Amino acid sequence: MTPTLTGTKRVVTGNHAVSYGVMRARVQVISAYPITPQTQIVELLSEMCANGTLRAKFIKVESEHSAMAALIGAASAGARTFTATSAHGLALMHEMLHWAAGARLPIVMANVNRAMGPPWSVWTDQNDSLSQRDTGWMQLYCESNQEVLDTVIHAYKVAERVLMPTMLVLDAFVLSHTAEQVEIPDQALVDRYLPPYQPVYKLDVHDPRSFGALAPPDLYMELRYKMHQAMEDSVAEWARADEEFYELFGRRYGLIEPYRADDAEILLVTSGTVTSTAREVIDELRAEGRRVGLLKIRVFRPFPTLLVREALRSAKKVAVIDRNISFGMGGIFAQELKAALYNSAERPPILGFVAGLGGRDITPAVIREIIDYAESRDEPEDLIWVGVKR
Amino acid sequence: MSNFTIPPEELMGSGHLGCQGCGAALAMRYTLKALGEKTIVVIPACCWTIIAGPFPYTSVKVPVLHTAFETAAVTASGVRAALDIQGDTETTVLAWAGDGGTFDIGLQSLSGAAERNENILYICYDNEAYMNTGIQRSSATPYLAWTTTTPEKTPKAEPKKDIMAIMVAHGIPYAATATIAYPEDFIRKVQKAKSIYGTKFLHVLAPCPPGWKTSSELTIKLSRLAVQTRVFPLYEVENRERYTLNEPKAETGLPVSAYLRLQGRFSHLTEDEQAAIQRLVDARWQRLMRLVL
Repeated sequence: MTPTLTGTKRVVTGNHAVSYGVMRARVQVISAYPITPQTQIVELLSEMCANGTLRAKFIKVESEHSAMAALIGAASAGARTFTATSAHGLALMHEMLHWAAGARLPIVMANVNRAMGPPWSVWTDQNDSLSQRDTGWMQLYCESNQEVLDTVIHAYKVAERVLMPTMLVLDAFVLSHTAEQVEIPDQALVDRYLPPYQPVYKLDVHDPRSFGALAPPDLYMELRYKMHQAMEDSVAEWARADEEFYELFGRRYGLIEPYRADDAEILLVTSGTVTSTAREVIDELRAEGRRVGLLKIRVFRPFPTLLVREALRSAKKVAVIDRNISFGMGGIFAQELKAALYNSAERPPILGFVAGLGGRDITPAVIREIIDYAESRDEPEDLIWVGVKR
Repeated sequence: MSNFTIPPEELMGSGHLGCQGCGAALAMRYTLKALGEKTIVVIPACCWTIIAGPFPYTSVKVPVLHTAFETAAVTASGVRAALDIQGDTETTVLAWAGDGGTFDIGLQSLSGAAERNENILYICYDNEAYMNTGIQRSSATPYLAWTTTTPEKTPKAEPKKDIMAIMVAHGIPYAATATIAYPEDFIRKVQKAKSIYGTKFLHVLAPCPPGWKTSSELTIKLSRLAVQTRVFPLYEVENRERYTLNEPKAETGLPVSAYLRLQGRFSHLTEDEQAAIQRLVDARWQRLMRLVL
């Protein structure tokens, strides 16, 4: 396959949508290690580098840990950088995720959500990416292949403005290996949206500086404060980048996306591809006269606390679908929502549902079951396992 | 060699945080003299994390990128890629790591970089243990040496890992050993490495007074004795095949006891144990002699 440089519609998988986004972002250094189900992303990028469609250095490293370390070196020297991984690869990178964020490097990575072993699984759930919640990476959960491609471009825009790395997340197979029609935006328009990366500081023999040296206790905390501030600032930057993108390309996503939520008594909260299924179910239930709505969380870090509070304010009940589990506590999105609402005056009861771990399908029937259950309860519930054979 | 002069430029300042008599500090000074200011240094966790100075200070006048323990070679690879794609093929990217970061935790990423023949210079300053964390054994610690994790009653039972053989086996264009007792040989090797495209590896012995339990004024003498006793022969290997011995003019083939007896880390050795070390050194020397042209 030889990618073209004109704006065009094409049927591509979620994985290849990532590759096209990287191509349009004119990434300069790529480093990656193979892991299912991510591999197709870097296979296509290898082809693009080989045939000159993308003028980038591709460092084919011996581990994911090294993939991230290579990008830390490359980004420190002023290059726009990319990698992709999944599950165990992401876990192996963990140390360097902290390093990339602490070094304030706008590295962008695609993580194809895959369940952690053992037992071995290649199918989707979110425990891999959510385990990296506190590393200082921005995290976005994508729903469609178009959103995947557009989010790659968004990610560079925001990451380079606030100097924090960004992970975009897509579901294994449900998105990564599923082909949809996608518009590959025109290169000239993307260039207008995303100019070349111009770091204020970089490794430069004409202006020698030391990066990452020992910081004593009287300095370290201020650097962490600034990282948090950058994350807080990035909430507005994601909104701004979304609007600027809309003006040029006619598509926007929001940090969160309410769907038929205005008068909803039960508000379902989802992330990733479950959202698409849930939309269908919401339409069916609405047709039956039931007052149900949907809230998609796209940006997970920074957590858009104020937007979420506003969106959930008038709901009578909130049902969260978590395709993940924090053992000993419950679903992670549900925890985040509770944390966001607790200091708010208006706190609808939250029911936390854990479903679809290890790639088990979350079908329309499963979502109906969740909504029916939520309707039948008057009190909040922290953890409801959906469909577990006990 | 007689007309060879050491470059006068100083790219390393006084006030660095090395211990008195630190072999690794002098090794960096010579290295930067050889490489010049168009150099970017990548430093993983090691003594040089400290020696380079805490934020906002730096003891070298070239850019420094600190990185995680196991990543010196690959981080340097990333810097190289970024420079290349931006059109700078001239600047030398130097990975500067201790023995722990090279022989142990960093070996995987070093092997990866060497296999890809990344255009970087990797220098391991080998002080033969985890000195920055307080003298714990590494796979570079010599046979029967004391460290805090190999106490005198159970000194290190294994011989030192042959890192040069490992690196040469990767087929890299240049690998060499050096010590600060022979600065002209040292600088010549660094400059030669700089002139070659691909992965270059220098193994530098770096005496450590606190870790070796030696007097700080003995660092140069120990560096010389290591060569003279053939504990640390000076040689270089080009393209896996071409071995050259860089024998100094001074007397060589001294008994290892001349080297061992100056070091507290070997003070517990019996005569039999010293003889065992001598046999190990002799065997390695013989193997090297079979490889040298």
